[in-house]
Amino acid sequence: MVYLTRKCEFSASHYYHNPEFTEEENKRVFGKCANLNGHGHNYTLEVTVKGEVDPKTGFVVDLKSLKDVLNREVIDAFDHRHLNKEVPEFATQIPTTENLAIAVWNRLQKHFQVAELHRVRVYELPDLFVDFYGEA
Amino acid sequence: MKAHLTRRYIFSASHRLHCDELSPDENRAVYGKCNNPHGHGHNYALEVTVSGQVDPSTGMVCNLAALDEAVQREVLERFDHVNLNVRPEFTSEVPTTENLSEVIFNILRQSFSSAHLEKVRLEETAMNSFEYVGGAELRT
Repeated sequence: MVYLTRKCEFSASHYYHNPEFTEEENKRVFGKCANLNGHGHNYTLEVTVKGEVDPKTGFVVDLKSLKDVLNREVIDAFDHRHLNKEVPEFATQIPTTENLAIAVWNRLQKHFQVAELHRVRVYELPDLFVDFYGEA
Repeated sequence: MKAHLTRRYIFSASHRLHCDELSPDENRAVYGKCNNPHGHGHNYALEVTVSGQVDPSTGMVCNLAALDEAVQREVLERFDHVNLNVRPEFTSEVPTTENLSEVIFNILRQSFSSAHLEKVRLEETAMNSFEYVGGAELRT
């Protein structure tokens, strides 16, 4: 079993706001992130897949296919966009780093048949990241 | 959905690796330059990983400000800009980064309850890092 990790970057804006909270609650829970004009981050995404090495190709996964899927499912959808306003998942969910990692997992999972998706890691900042392993 | 959140912190401290049960020659043989009598220092990078269900109302595993506050109060105020050898945590243990990882894990396990503490990872230098998961196997 070999684990392969592909890294990519995207930049996006967002804000945190729960319409069921009062304005005071939103400010207390989310702090500066509750500013409805939004703010942005340079995100780094690391996607790790695992599988047996194909004896013919020496690959766990075709890296070009992986890059194509990442570009189509994540970069095209998230990069230089407003997550709350332009990404369907975040019409109803708060675009925290936790929910971003889950959304990326859900977008990628259906594309892996031979290799298996192992982990999605999203860095919101160099000192803050979330890992999601597909656990309920 | 269960997610793991990791936050990174920096602190600086000095230490000297020395074991009273070893002779001066043995200490020098085991610890090398780290046994120099007046100690030396490092910029430590601490990564704290917590896990839990993502709260649907906040989208979060735990309140990040609460984690920062706990680490600031319990770890950084204790160990930043101090000599680790004179701290009570190291009166009977050598302040290696192995031992420091365990000490920090145990402090945080007691003082932070908003999410499950999974792991402490401590970089002593850019070349050396140590991970402690409370005695469990490290997850890839």
